[in-house]
Amino acid sequence: MLAAIASLTVLGAVLGLGLGVAARKFAIDGDPLADEIAALMPGSNCGQCGMAGCAIAAKAIAEGTATATVCPPGGKALAASIAAKLGISVDLDEIADNGPMMAYVKEEICIGCCKCNKVCPTDAMIGAAKQIHGVIREACTGCGLCVERCPTEAAQMQPVPITLQHWVWPKPASVTTPAST
Amino acid sequence: MGLIEKFLHNPKAPRWGVHPDDHKRPAADAPLRTLPLPARLYVPLLQHVGQPARPVVLVGQEVRKGQLIAEPQGRISAPVHAPTSGRIVAIGEITAPHPSGLPFEAITIETDGHDRAVEADVPADPFTLAPAEVTALISAAGVVGLGGATFPSSVKLALGKRSEITTLIVNGGECEPYLSCDDRVMRDRAADVIDGVRLMLHCTGAREALVGIEDNKPEAIAAMRRAATRFPEIKVRPVPARYPMGSDRQLIETLTGKEVPSDCRAADVGVIVNNVSTANAVHRAVRLGEPLIERIVTINGGAVWQPGNILAPIGTLAADLLAFAGLKSEPARLVMGGPMMGAVLPHARVPIVKGSAGILAFNEDEVAIPEAGPCIRCGNCVQACPIGLLPLEMAANVRVGDLQAAASLGLSDCISCGCCAYICPSHIPLVQYFSHAKGELWAQERDKLRMEATRKLAAERAVRLEREAAEKAEAAARRKAERDAAKRAEAAAKAAAESAVTEVAE
Repeated sequence: MLAAIASLTVLGAVLGLGLGVAARKFAIDGDPLADEIAALMPGSNCGQCGMAGCAIAAKAIAEGTATATVCPPGGKALAASIAAKLGISVDLDEIADNGPMMAYVKEEICIGCCKCNKVCPTDAMIGAAKQIHGVIREACTGCGLCVERCPTEAAQMQPVPITLQHWVWPKPASVTTPAST
Repeated sequence: MGLIEKFLHNPKAPRWGVHPDDHKRPAADAPLRTLPLPARLYVPLLQHVGQPARPVVLVGQEVRKGQLIAEPQGRISAPVHAPTSGRIVAIGEITAPHPSGLPFEAITIETDGHDRAVEADVPADPFTLAPAEVTALISAAGVVGLGGATFPSSVKLALGKRSEITTLIVNGGECEPYLSCDDRVMRDRAADVIDGVRLMLHCTGAREALVGIEDNKPEAIAAMRRAATRFPEIKVRPVPARYPMGSDRQLIETLTGKEVPSDCRAADVGVIVNNVSTANAVHRAVRLGEPLIERIVTINGGAVWQPGNILAPIGTLAADLLAFAGLKSEPARLVMGGPMMGAVLPHARVPIVKGSAGILAFNEDEVAIPEAGPCIRCGNCVQACPIGLLPLEMAANVRVGDLQAAASLGLSDCISCGCCAYICPSHIPLVQYFSHAKGELWAQERDKLRMEATRKLAAERAVRLEREAAEKAEAAARRKAERDAAKRAEAAAKAAAESAVTEVAE
């Protein structure tokens, strides 16, 4: 009886000490998962997700308070890679309905004030003072910060135009009975 | 493959592929005709794989035949030349010969009918030039692969030279039904083609050239053999007529026995492949100094009155070619290229480009497609696939949206030849499934690349803003220091002056 109590006490003390030391020695600052997700995100801190920046959004996704589909500029590709990282499945079709957007400048009312290119997180807005501004398609993440800033409503959002290089064959209409199982 | 077919099967003939009715004659036997110059030509800026060319002419400018009108930009690109003399009337968008019906940039030339050419400077003997110099001539002439892929030829030849290829394969397969433009080039211009092949051998440093021609073109084989007799390094090799023999990998395997591995280029096994029409274009570029401004186009199909091959300038509208050949009935479908891999045209007001081998106008009977049924898992598509893929499994995965599973089955190796869809007894549009999946996967990949690029831009911007703030602070500090120094100097001067005044007063 005494031997059993003594051995369990010793065992508990040793293991407890071991755990305590390990917890101090191998402690990690921050959430590594959040950092990994943050590395996948656009990093432009545009705020379209409703959070203050990409790192905070990544933390929210890692904690499960935000969904993997929260980032509009990231689109399907980002949602898929985050889902793969977290080992969850997401409904990619959910993202398709708002579709990717990008900024464009209504040239006839642009006054060349340069306010938009100061707020653009990726320098996609170009133009000098009193010159009509333009948007670099490949650099625009569609965050919409320029739209809020533009004094004449010349900067507006539009769905990303489909060009010959971006066109994709539509999926064939499904046959009534399963094609194969 | 049926039992009887199995017994009759030629052991040398490939087991892959299909054998559609070729419909090549009578169009292939009709003599080559030349299209009278159309009133307007619409010369696109993107007629090749790579970056579109950049216009170097202005609206209203007069141009001559063969004059450079758009220069290449980027590493993989090709210049565009005026196909005839005339005036530039517009530089803008026109419907592309593409199933989407989307526009692309083109230069519109109003022809003047004089066909005045720029004077060309041709080397007396190109074989005395360095290979790189000949390749430069081919590059400047805007020659691209005319077999359909339209890859800039000079880039390919330079790659062949770099990878020290041993064999040049000249593709005279022309396995697509209905088309006969390569057949016509070999019959009518065999000597030019052989000369082009010799120039390409010179450019790449390859020792031998194998000209693969399907055995359903005996006239072309005879003409090419005659033209090649003086050159032992060029061998004409008939190959069995089987679709898709004209695909580079299949032709390489048939002629050399080498299989090009997945994710590898032909140059990695010591071979490059060029089309016979490309060889002809190389000859014209180097010997005559004529850029690629015209090509032979097959006009064929059930709705065409006089099917045949027509020599037409690049930028001619399909409608002009069809009007010249005559239409029996309103075509039910227009296709640019062959019926297996060609692009369905939205309408006939699209220009022909360097890679347009044919314009096919089909009547109602030719396009009748029965409704797709369920897959019966017969495995015909597996037998037909020249790459050895499992089309039925890939399509099933794409259908349920699992693109990654389709990709893991080798979707990226699919050449979209259409054998599987052709042979499918349930008429499942297999190739459309694969084209859709390839496009979607590519779009996802592009999104990923774009996001990496924007992240980099955002990071660079943050660094820049920091630097600017630091510079501003530094400049402010400097100005303050200057102001202080000036103040001190002023004070010192004042003090000195005051002391001087007191001294004087004393």
